[in-house]
Amino acid sequence: MSMFWTIWISVITLGTIIGCFLLLRWCLTNFAGVKEGESMGHSFDGIEEVNNPLPKWWTILFYVTIVFGLIYLVLYPGLGSYKGLWGWQSSNQNIQSLAESEQATQQAMEDGRYVEYDRELAKAAARFDPIFEAFAQTPVEQLAGNPEAVKIGRRLFLQNCSQCHGSDARGQNGGFPNLTDDDWLYGGSGAKITETLLNGRQAAMPAWRDAMGEQGIQETVAYVLSLSGRKVDQSLANSGKARFAVCAACHGADGKGNQALGAPNLTDNIWLYGGSERAVTETLNYGRNGVMPAFKDTLGEDKIHVVAAYVYSLSHQPK
Amino acid sequence: MSEISQEKPVYNYKVVRQFTIMTIVWGIVGMGLGAFIAAQLFAPVLNFDLPWLTFSRLRPLHTNAVIFAFGGCALFATSYYVVQRTSQVRLFSDKLAAFTFWGWQAVIVCAIITLPLGMTSTKEYAELEWPIDILIALVWIAYCINFFGTMVIRKVSHIYVANWFFGAFMLTVLVLHIGNSMAIPVSFTKSYSLYAGSVDAMMQWWYGHNAVGFFLTAGFLGMMYYFVPKQAGRPVYSYRLSIVHFWALISLYIWAGPHHLHYTALPDWTQSLGMVMSIILFVPSWGGMINGIMTLSGAWHKLRTDPVLRFLVVSLTFYGMSTFEGPMMAIKTVNALSHYTDWTIGHVHSGALGWVAMISIGSVYHLVPILFNQRSMYSVRLVNVHFWLATVGVVLYIVAMWFSGVLQGLMWRAVNADGTLTYSFVESLEASKPFYVVRFIGGCFVVAGMLVMAYNTWKTVRAPRGSIAQDLATQPA
Repeated sequence: MSMFWTIWISVITLGTIIGCFLLLRWCLTNFAGVKEGESMGHSFDGIEEVNNPLPKWWTILFYVTIVFGLIYLVLYPGLGSYKGLWGWQSSNQNIQSLAESEQATQQAMEDGRYVEYDRELAKAAARFDPIFEAFAQTPVEQLAGNPEAVKIGRRLFLQNCSQCHGSDARGQNGGFPNLTDDDWLYGGSGAKITETLLNGRQAAMPAWRDAMGEQGIQETVAYVLSLSGRKVDQSLANSGKARFAVCAACHGADGKGNQALGAPNLTDNIWLYGGSERAVTETLNYGRNGVMPAFKDTLGEDKIHVVAAYVYSLSHQPK
Repeated sequence: MSEISQEKPVYNYKVVRQFTIMTIVWGIVGMGLGAFIAAQLFAPVLNFDLPWLTFSRLRPLHTNAVIFAFGGCALFATSYYVVQRTSQVRLFSDKLAAFTFWGWQAVIVCAIITLPLGMTSTKEYAELEWPIDILIALVWIAYCINFFGTMVIRKVSHIYVANWFFGAFMLTVLVLHIGNSMAIPVSFTKSYSLYAGSVDAMMQWWYGHNAVGFFLTAGFLGMMYYFVPKQAGRPVYSYRLSIVHFWALISLYIWAGPHHLHYTALPDWTQSLGMVMSIILFVPSWGGMINGIMTLSGAWHKLRTDPVLRFLVVSLTFYGMSTFEGPMMAIKTVNALSHYTDWTIGHVHSGALGWVAMISIGSVYHLVPILFNQRSMYSVRLVNVHFWLATVGVVLYIVAMWFSGVLQGLMWRAVNADGTLTYSFVESLEASKPFYVVRFIGGCFVVAGMLVMAYNTWKTVRAPRGSIAQDLATQPA
């Protein structure tokens, strides 16, 4: 902020507060020209005004709030670029990740500044990190059998994941997979689940409308539906089978998908975007772009480890 | 008083009558909508799966109808009445007065059509799209010209304190409305704000909080300064108090907006200024309450027989309560608990229902018999019934929202021993549900009171001129 704006802000801020103070002082004197307790002598539609003094308790309250305001503006940022005696700051706006936050907290402590948000994170880290560090020693598959870890993982899931995957983790139509059915897009091992959580996933089903044409799409849809045992027009499906060669690049020749690419299994009647003829046609026509966000920078590795254990436990009964 | 001319001027009561009746009509519409969307919050089935009946579209219609239709009509009616009576002169222009009435009703009808259709600028309390915004600005300019024009031709040397407040309200709302509504239209029904990011947020709450400060506070203080002393038959308590609290109030209120944006991307210095000014503002706010309540000294006994005065005095009590609560909630530490919870909703309604609605209702009960040539309302008893319905309704509403809000604030910040949040958001909603039912019941009381008022007004207006001549003393309320 330039010096001009600092002066501008300070002058009108202090001007307003001091103006209120002077106004109060002025109204404490009897400037009205009539004795206190008597009518001012003007009447408006029969309403008169009495020249009563200001209530004392109210006057004191006014002084108290003015003094409070001025002290606050000395201690805290308020007057333009002036930082305040306590060096307090609500947050550090340039922070992008947990790692940067830790670094900034360290720096702020060395500089004697108080960055409230970073300070709170540091306090929380000191208290809670050891819990998660301890859990991180156990592999995900084994941790899934630890009821305490699963309980904590479930809470983290409810706060961070349930918006898309639902409170019961059964997902919802529109590209949010059910996490309880042991059908995995990118793999269901502890390591794979952790990888998904840390870095996120970006699926890309291309649009085929232009390449295949309306007839082509119809045929391919018939074939795809036949893969999971659905009743379809057999002649359409037969023509679709030939077209499926391009799909096989990702979904495999047998249509059982490919977890390395996140290409879903098309033979199991589990559908990410709906299994109706209409929904599958839509998918083929326009493509799909499912996104799982990365949580590395918000939750951190150790918490993700616990969430992974919870997710793993959903489809694996404890032994 | 010597300056007053001897011949009695013929006032323009027509526009006052029009606005007074529409105050009641829009009051029923706005508050009824409020009760309906309050019911949706515990019974979402009341959406009926129709987009134009969803909470998201009806909520802005509710706020617009209550603030600008009900509150706005009340302010137009009383300011036109008060400025004529205290200036001893007819309105500057009858044509402009008629334009403001029909223009304002057109704005309201446009709001009733466009908001349920989903046409919105998305700025809270300024949702109306740009063509309607332009109409509002035109009506408002006509209103200012008419009001200040009347003051210029006044027959009284001093300007009465009520008119200071009305004047400050009009000028500032003009600046706020035009400043905040600046937008780039992309079609007849869609525009985008001229401001971006946190500057837009700051403009929005500079406007939003001063919609409270100047529309809902300064304007209604103007109303208070006429109708309280008039109904009580007592002089205003302190002339000097009215000076200090007027100037301090209007110079501090304009700063308070940032307290709506604590702990956001708004720069720290702006947040600090918003908080500091809000706290100092508490004292001049109470100046108005003291001046109103102390005006009753020597007339307290009238409260026993006069339910209209009861409305006015209880409104001042709610005003005092919400202007204490507001600065407290503007303190960052308190705000960290209260923000985004139902506590805010409760606070707004203690202001809107307790202060704004009650002072308006009291003023309308004072006005109706005068405007329609009666000595009194058709039934003073029904005024009293309305008073109790309103009071019980407001108290139920506010208390339910206090409980719900503080509960939400505490549940949202509760953490387990492992640092995870104890409750999911849905759990806090479940906890609030019973209070939502209580809030709805409170709202129904308030609406029922408005219906009683409409009936009472209807009977008063329809009665032959001068036929109602009840003596307050012989008909105990």
